[in-house]
Amino acid sequence: MTQIIFDDVWKEYGEHIVLERINLTLDDHEFLAVIGPSGAGKTTFLRMLLSQEAPTRGRILIDGEPIAPEPTADRGVVFQRYSVFPHRTVLGNVMMGPQWAASPLLGRLFGARRRAVEERAMALLTRVGLAEHAEKYPAQLSGGMQQRLALAQALIMKPKVLLLDEPFGALDPGTRKQMHELVSELWEENAMTIVMVTHDLPEAFLLGTRVIAVERPRKDPQAPERFGATIVSDYETKCRIVRDSRRFEADRAKARLTLVPDAFLPADGTSAAALVKD
Amino acid sequence: MRRIINYAPSSGAKVILAALPFVLLVGVYFLGSSARLAIDPADKLMPGFASFYASMVRLGTTLDIATKQYLLWWDTWLSLQRLFLGLGISALIGLVLGILVGFVPYLRATFEPFFAAFSLIPPLAVLPILFILFGLGELSKIVLIVFGIAPFITRDVMLRVASLPTEQIVKAQTLGASTWQMITGVILPQVMPRLLDSVRLSLGAAWLFVIAAEAITAEGGLGYRIFLVRRYLAMDVILPYVAWITLLAFLMDYALRKVAAVAYPWDRIKAA
Repeated sequence: MTQIIFDDVWKEYGEHIVLERINLTLDDHEFLAVIGPSGAGKTTFLRMLLSQEAPTRGRILIDGEPIAPEPTADRGVVFQRYSVFPHRTVLGNVMMGPQWAASPLLGRLFGARRRAVEERAMALLTRVGLAEHAEKYPAQLSGGMQQRLALAQALIMKPKVLLLDEPFGALDPGTRKQMHELVSELWEENAMTIVMVTHDLPEAFLLGTRVIAVERPRKDPQAPERFGATIVSDYETKCRIVRDSRRFEADRAKARLTLVPDAFLPADGTSAAALVKD
Repeated sequence: MRRIINYAPSSGAKVILAALPFVLLVGVYFLGSSARLAIDPADKLMPGFASFYASMVRLGTTLDIATKQYLLWWDTWLSLQRLFLGLGISALIGLVLGILVGFVPYLRATFEPFFAAFSLIPPLAVLPILFILFGLGELSKIVLIVFGIAPFITRDVMLRVASLPTEQIVKAQTLGASTWQMITGVILPQVMPRLLDSVRLSLGAAWLFVIAAEAITAEGGLGYRIFLVRRYLAMDVILPYVAWITLLAFLMDYALRKVAAVAYPWDRIKAA
């Protein structure tokens, strides 16, 4: 269970107010998409959630606790670019987090423990479709493959929250579509919370279970910098009750399958799943 | 008629074109030398290639009476020792200081302006101070090289650390890395190719400081020899020595480039 709360958060740079009056409660296993025009403070919003920047006023809570003042392993991140380390191979990149956690001094594991981490990393790479590229360096991968690598690298740490900062912004439409499918599947499988910043409206509504728009509601022509952006609209795009009941139905169908004895299946080899659908 | 920048030589022509200036230089010297030797066979300013060869064989194979050494090899050994010690210490200082000062904000705020000012001190101007402090022996020569090169390498490493994308550093932290782990796992490997490059660029300056120090005081060394035989107008020694120093510098540069290519293959991919 992960709950994120923004409690009246403001962000100011000197005289300039970027974000004001941000109040938000995000429940567990939500996919929050943040949209808004350029320069509205979407990325600032994400950076505060990442502790890359601190709110000027208000506080951010994860599970009731104020978030750590610096980036930590409970919040994974994928940026638009530069999310992977160019000096490690694909496999090496994915293995970095677990190796750092297990070996404070060398940052490297050896023998059986290394093989265990390698196995986990390879399983994840297979999941994101990069298994055959494990020995390549990131510079040898295409943009979409690098983003998939960045996802695998973040997911191996099993973060409570995954933060995505315009992760598909630099990809071509075909690759972007594949990435959408991959991300929504991973979100479902890992049952985590995702916060994604994007300026692509269809993308936000396709992936997000909740979409918030960040914009400046007021403007002062004499001092435009004195009004910050805030959450101007908040849509629940995929009703939690619908999602929950769909998951419940899927689980029940699976349970029923295991109850059907083999003797009841038709002789022509029709699978049990096909029968249940009818 | 295309623009001149759109004409590119073929690979065969490239080899010939690359060799051309060298051949021209040697040819011009040969013509000048022959013309002068025809007038005065004992000409000292532009001796022929035969006398170069004779001098080098003499210095390389006969035992010097005063020092009990084969001078060419002894000079080379002394100069290279100074050069390697100086460069090695500079690279180490540059790496450690550059990473620490470049990566830790408090250290950067404290030391960056100081290093910027320090690196502008002309090393040769402080050479007398070094001689006074460290004596006329090896130590002052090596300190001179370090003094001249370490600030440059330090600043170069600092710039490289600063140019690493913030995203990488934030990402490393979200993967749970400590400061030490980020330095050893993210910063150091990515700085190393740049360090090798900046050592390559410092080779010329390092030779300059070695020769300058040897010219003033030494018992041997390539620079010492050149400045010693200058008194006798012995161009037959000076010119081959200059060529020899150039060759040594070129070989070092080449070796460093190869080391970088083998040890850091990912750096090459990025450049491609």
